[in-house]
Amino acid sequence: MKPIQSVNDFVIKFANVNGTGSASANNLFAKALFRMGLPVSPKNIFPSNIQGLPTWYEVRVSEKGYLGRRGGVDIMLSVNPQSMAQDIQELESGGYFIYDSTKPLDLRLIRNDVSIIGLPLTRICNEQYKDPRQRQLFKNVIYVGALAALLNMDFKVLTECVSDQFKGKEKLILPNIHALELGYQYAKESFDCPIGISVRTADKVGDKILLDGNTALGLGAIYGGATVVAWYPITPSTSVVDAFEKYAKRMRIDPGTGRHNYAIVQAEDELSAIGMVLGASWNGARAFTATSGPGVSLMSEFLGLAYFAEIPTVLYNVQRAGPSTGMPTRTQQSDVLSCAYASHGDTKQVLLFPSTPKECFDFGAQSFDLAERLQTPIILMTDLDLGMNDNMSSPLAWDDTTRYDRGKVLSAEDLDGLEKYGRYLDVDGDAICYRTYPGTHPEKGAFFTRGTSRDEYAVYTEKGEEYEKNMHRLMAKWETIKEYVPRPEIVSCGKDIDTAVLYYGTSEESSREALAYLAEDGIDLDAMRVRSFPFNKEVEDFIDQHERVFVIEQNRDAQLRTLLMAEFELGPDKLKSVLCFDGTPISARNIRKQILLHMPGHNVTPLHPEKVASGAGE
Amino acid sequence: MSYKLPAFRHPDLPVNDLGYTRADYEGSISTLCAGCGHDSINGAIVRACHELSLEPHKIAKLSGIGCSSKAPTYFLGKSHGFNSVHGRMPSVATGAAMANRDLMYLGVSGDGDTASIGMGQFAHVVRRNLNMVYIVMNNGCYGLTKGQDSATADEGSASKKGDPNLFGAIDLPGLALQLGATFVARSFSGDKDQLVPLIKAAMSHRGFALIDVISPCVTFNNNPGSTKSYEFVREHAEATGTMDFVPMRDEITTRYQAGSMHEVTLHDGSVLHLHKMSDTHDPFDRGSAIHAVEQSRAKGEILTGLVYMNKDSTELHEVLQTSQRPLNALDESDLCPGSKMLDNINASLR
Ligand SMILES: Cc1ncc(C[n+]2csc(CCOP(=O)(O)OP(=O)(O)O)c2C)c(N)n1
Ligand code: SF4
Ligand SMILES: [Mg+2]
Repeated sequence: MKPIQSVNDFVIKFANVNGTGSASANNLFAKALFRMGLPVSPKNIFPSNIQGLPTWYEVRVSEKGYLGRRGGVDIMLSVNPQSMAQDIQELESGGYFIYDSTKPLDLRLIRNDVSIIGLPLTRICNEQYKDPRQRQLFKNVIYVGALAALLNMDFKVLTECVSDQFKGKEKLILPNIHALELGYQYAKESFDCPIGISVRTADKVGDKILLDGNTALGLGAIYGGATVVAWYPITPSTSVVDAFEKYAKRMRIDPGTGRHNYAIVQAEDELSAIGMVLGASWNGARAFTATSGPGVSLMSEFLGLAYFAEIPTVLYNVQRAGPSTGMPTRTQQSDVLSCAYASHGDTKQVLLFPSTPKECFDFGAQSFDLAERLQTPIILMTDLDLGMNDNMSSPLAWDDTTRYDRGKVLSAEDLDGLEKYGRYLDVDGDAICYRTYPGTHPEKGAFFTRGTSRDEYAVYTEKGEEYEKNMHRLMAKWETIKEYVPRPEIVSCGKDIDTAVLYYGTSEESSREALAYLAEDGIDLDAMRVRSFPFNKEVEDFIDQHERVFVIEQNRDAQLRTLLMAEFELGPDKLKSVLCFDGTPISARNIRKQILLHMPGHNVTPLHPEKVASGAGE
Repeated sequence: MSYKLPAFRHPDLPVNDLGYTRADYEGSISTLCAGCGHDSINGAIVRACHELSLEPHKIAKLSGIGCSSKAPTYFLGKSHGFNSVHGRMPSVATGAAMANRDLMYLGVSGDGDTASIGMGQFAHVVRRNLNMVYIVMNNGCYGLTKGQDSATADEGSASKKGDPNLFGAIDLPGLALQLGATFVARSFSGDKDQLVPLIKAAMSHRGFALIDVISPCVTFNNNPGSTKSYEFVREHAEATGTMDFVPMRDEITTRYQAGSMHEVTLHDGSVLHLHKMSDTHDPFDRGSAIHAVEQSRAKGEILTGLVYMNKDSTELHEVLQTSQRPLNALDESDLCPGSKMLDNINASLR
């Protein structure tokens, strides 16, 4: 057995029990590496449960800046006896298994091809602390201290992180640093440090920040001017509203009056949440809701009404796997079709696909401009992986000259100058009509909002021609929308190549990495990241320019591929699927492997042969 | 189809303080069945708004789906209206009210819309004490889908189809009281003298005001055997008392007999004159109101009039401490924290 040797490039996984305070210690570990100038991508893998079940935290460290899930684990820090047997199996050959050696390791678990490192965590805690809660909490901090020694981390950076973390609770700083030292000393004295895997200060993160997508979205809504928030709790979207509230309390309370420049209503269900968003938007406020798949299903009827009645609506969908009793705490991109065609009747909904926290912030804010300009629902499609994990991201930025685009809304003066107002009259030829807010004018501009049984002047009618005319206009508006929604990002490999990959959202990082591996294999591919639906002209052109396009997605049914085929009337041969739907983020190795299977003359020669057998598990 | 009313008006029609005639508060010509109770309620709304000299454009009308929910087309033609989806008007009204606290929100619903599909939203809008008037045009059946029994149909009551209803009725005023409603009334579409002052009082109430109005469906549920027919309701209605509503700006001229008279000043300075019929029912005491509803039910009577009012209720905007300026009037300068703040946030994330 040859222990893995690497500097600044590895995957470490923490196996914990949920509800034991491990999250903050694990975050501390990742943050310290980030501050040492190393790109990190931490990921939570947690059960749908509050206390007592296995939970994992995986951190990839990559000096090259690959942030997607790599697949495989080099160091397993296992403090959960429940999952230990599974955890040790997950290690790469040559990896390191670190465990709480207070109790001897079950001999049946031992693998000969991994290094085993015992830290008597429980024993140290029992000697040091009397309070059982402290024993539990500090155990986590002690293993972080030990890792600092084993991996040669900068201990000073670690202590600074602790000081920052407990700003305002200074009493806690020293005890935490003491716990770090306990672990550090023990490891230093007991092992030959560092082990084969180590870190070294680098300068690879620049001005980047470490932030979860949901917080970025909440902030985007604050900056985008949202004032009415209606929601119903559901993982993984809850932290969007939590973040909105946290920042609203800081930045949206009138200093003079103490009054709130926002209203958050926790609704009785998602039907009500989206209904409130429609009501508020209809009445001229910027409003949003955040939910996940099951919530979208409940919102479906209102999404149809919003489409037909042309009411601006902002919905953040943080996607997760399957139904409520599916894998609610695992990630997927599996609501693409249900959102794109959400609701009854002929409906098409605008989707945005952010792939970084920065984009969550930008698109989150932009959603309100788009919704009001286009007078239709805007569904922002993020996912658990982006939403609930800290992602390394470009810093958030705001241009102070930005003015909100409130779209076509008539004022009292506008109405005074108007002969006759028609809510659904296409005056400008872009198929977008003029709105009026209730209360604007004593005599003019009032209308009765309903679905489709009305004419251009919003007068009730059930005439087929009027219905058809309106539906044609909505289709024309769909064309207008293409001009407004974010364009794709195209990365050409610089060669004359007829094969390409297409991806969106959180598949970006792993796709980029896979493309680099494939280039090493001698396969160059063009790439496009789709950022919205309806697909802009650029998307169509890119697909036209290639013989074959691999569509990379995290769902079973190749949903974006289906959408592309339907919208562009493509045959099944042109688009090939690369899929991952086991609830973990798609990995670069997995993408490479699937693409190679389609490449003549390229038998799969895996980078890490021993791992490929587990295939979809990556 | 709906028809625009002719623009010509008789020059001698009485005008209110705003110079509006009652016609200024009307909507399109009704397409409901001739004799439908809902149309009488529309008329009462028009009269109440006219007499209160409300600016029509400062009222937003919201409804769900049903014959009743179509009704807002037939009053307040100068107001914005929103015919939403079945049973979900409360959520739309909540969002709308959050966006602009300066308008009046008038919700219209049916018994199907409220007591079945919309029960959840109804319960929660009551609980939040949203500042709105919520009128249920209650005919004990689903008019628009051709007369099926609704959840407010009494056990044993038979609609035109003939089969007696097998289940007990949900009593909306009783339920609303249990849920903590701050204004609860019941009336009858055929009793405008009672209904109009109730609507006025509800409009002056700060908080959620429910008026459950029994409103016979002449087409499907006005037959002998139905407990929601004109005849049955006339025979069984038992009023809590008579009431008169005096808006803040009017001088109080009417003289009432002393003794049974109750004078109540509302938060906006308007005055309610209540002439109570019963010694045991105090409409300003929740326990007493709950008791009165139960008692009338036990006696097989339909209790009408003001059932309960808490004139010091705290409505949702106050609970949430939202800005006095309507949220929809705030712009970038009020809402956007700017780039400096974002730089600080970025710094904290490194
Ligand atoms: C989701 C949904 N389900 C069913 C219907 C069909 N529907 C239309 S009106 C109605 C019942 C209305 O009854 P009620 O609210 O009592 O109004 P009424 O017509 O009696 O005034 C139903 C079931 C619908 N429009 N939407
Ligand atoms: S069906 Fe009944 S409720 Fe509907 S309009 Fe006719 S009478 Fe009124
Ligand atoms: Mg009904």
